[in-house]
Amino acid sequence: MSTYTKPLPKTDPLVQPFWDHAHAGRLAVQACDDCGDHHFPPSPVCPKCNSDQQSWQPVSGRGTLESWVSFHRAYWPGFQEDLPYDACLVRLAEGPLLVSRLVGGADGARLGAAVEVVFDRVTDAVTLPKWKLTKA
Amino acid sequence: MQALSNKVAVVGVGNTAYGSFPDTDEYGLAAQAFRSAIADCGLPKNEVDGLVVCRIPYYARMGEVLGIDPRWTLTMPPHGRMSGMGIIEATLALATGQAKYVALLYANIGRSRRVSYGGDEVPSVWDPFGFTSPGAAHAMMFRRHMELYGTTTRQLAEVPVAFRYHAGLNPGAMMKQPMTIDDHEAAKPIVAPLRLLDYCLINDGAVCMILTSAERAKDLRQPPVLVSGFGGKDAFTRSAISNFDIGFWHDEVAEAGRGAREMAGVLHADVDALMCYDNFSPTVLFSLEGLGFCPRGEAGRYVEGGTLRLGGALPTNTDGGHLSNSYMQGWALNVEAVHQLRGGCGERQVPNAKVIQYVQATPCSRTIIYTRS
Repeated sequence: MSTYTKPLPKTDPLVQPFWDHAHAGRLAVQACDDCGDHHFPPSPVCPKCNSDQQSWQPVSGRGTLESWVSFHRAYWPGFQEDLPYDACLVRLAEGPLLVSRLVGGADGARLGAAVEVVFDRVTDAVTLPKWKLTKA
Repeated sequence: MQALSNKVAVVGVGNTAYGSFPDTDEYGLAAQAFRSAIADCGLPKNEVDGLVVCRIPYYARMGEVLGIDPRWTLTMPPHGRMSGMGIIEATLALATGQAKYVALLYANIGRSRRVSYGGDEVPSVWDPFGFTSPGAAHAMMFRRHMELYGTTTRQLAEVPVAFRYHAGLNPGAMMKQPMTIDDHEAAKPIVAPLRLLDYCLINDGAVCMILTSAERAKDLRQPPVLVSGFGGKDAFTRSAISNFDIGFWHDEVAEAGRGAREMAGVLHADVDALMCYDNFSPTVLFSLEGLGFCPRGEAGRYVEGGTLRLGGALPTNTDGGHLSNSYMQGWALNVEAVHQLRGGCGERQVPNAKVIQYVQATPCSRTIIYTRS
């Protein structure tokens, strides 16, 4: 664990459930108990209807590629060894947009391509949900 | 809003040299810009009774340094999108009689203090994935634009190439070495598809603008430049990824632009030059589409062949912009609009410029139309 040099989640009570679910191998986002809106990052009230009754809902782990980029500069020293690495913008089937890593290469990447979540356990306490292109 | 058109004027502008100045700070730089703007308009400095400070730590220290006690003061955060907002707020304060002469001050010491605009400086929920920096957000948007509309990086290159050409005509610009489209294509990638030459400069410097009523402006040294129209629209519900918007802020810029044109009573064809917030070159394409200088998705084709250069259909960022003149986060572009309308820009002067538009496509999209009185 001490050898992991990349930034870890800066957590708080609002977002901690996301990381708890991820560490258990589930992708989850906040959902409104009143209007059903799914959103991420989480919010103290539902951004759509302002209800304060919200819970965390596991989602399918499937989505579509909205964009992707390739980092050739490391803004944290820990990412130097990964350069160049791909980051992606994914539209979950349930609606919210997530930014993450695109693993397994960007060959075949195109707008709207199907992607699926993969879980990368980076420390004893933290698992990062990343994405790969779904094989046709 | 028409009632506010042409009621307020920019009467004084000033700026420091641009570069790296580790021996001073925001107050020192802003004070130099203030002295320069005061000298420009000939107003006794104690007449200034309104103060806007942006990217300056403490408004009261700024007033103490300058020896002024305003009736109206506004502090703005150090974000690039604040110049348009600050100038509009100052216009409203003057129009409602809250102040007679407003000084707007902006200072940046990012170069000498080695600000990197990414990593731990700007913590976010996306950090564990290695996604950070405004440039990466713009790369993400430009990739979408490429995929949706077939825009190419050679088309994108037209933006920094045109602005570098203008910088070569601007004695105060930081980056003057001529640049070609091939130079852009050969530049190292930072966050692909963006390359080094798509990224703005990081430099120290300060800018000051002094605004007053159009009536009082007549008594000052310079020909007044009128604030003829402005408009704005925010996009906060989609702001979870900093500096990114899935729709390129198109509808927000369009709404702001409509409001400003209606207020000013001008059409697209009346605009002699555009001053466009250019933190990264794709922003310019998004702004052109949002304002409606070309249809949605066609900015890549629109800018081909030197459209944005002096002599082209829409001269843009005639000072070199953030990409080649100076990273003054919109403020220097508003100052350039004033210089152009006064007619004193020498080699880079837009002939007989009468209408100049400033625009910022950001989570707070704003546009301002200036005219010569």
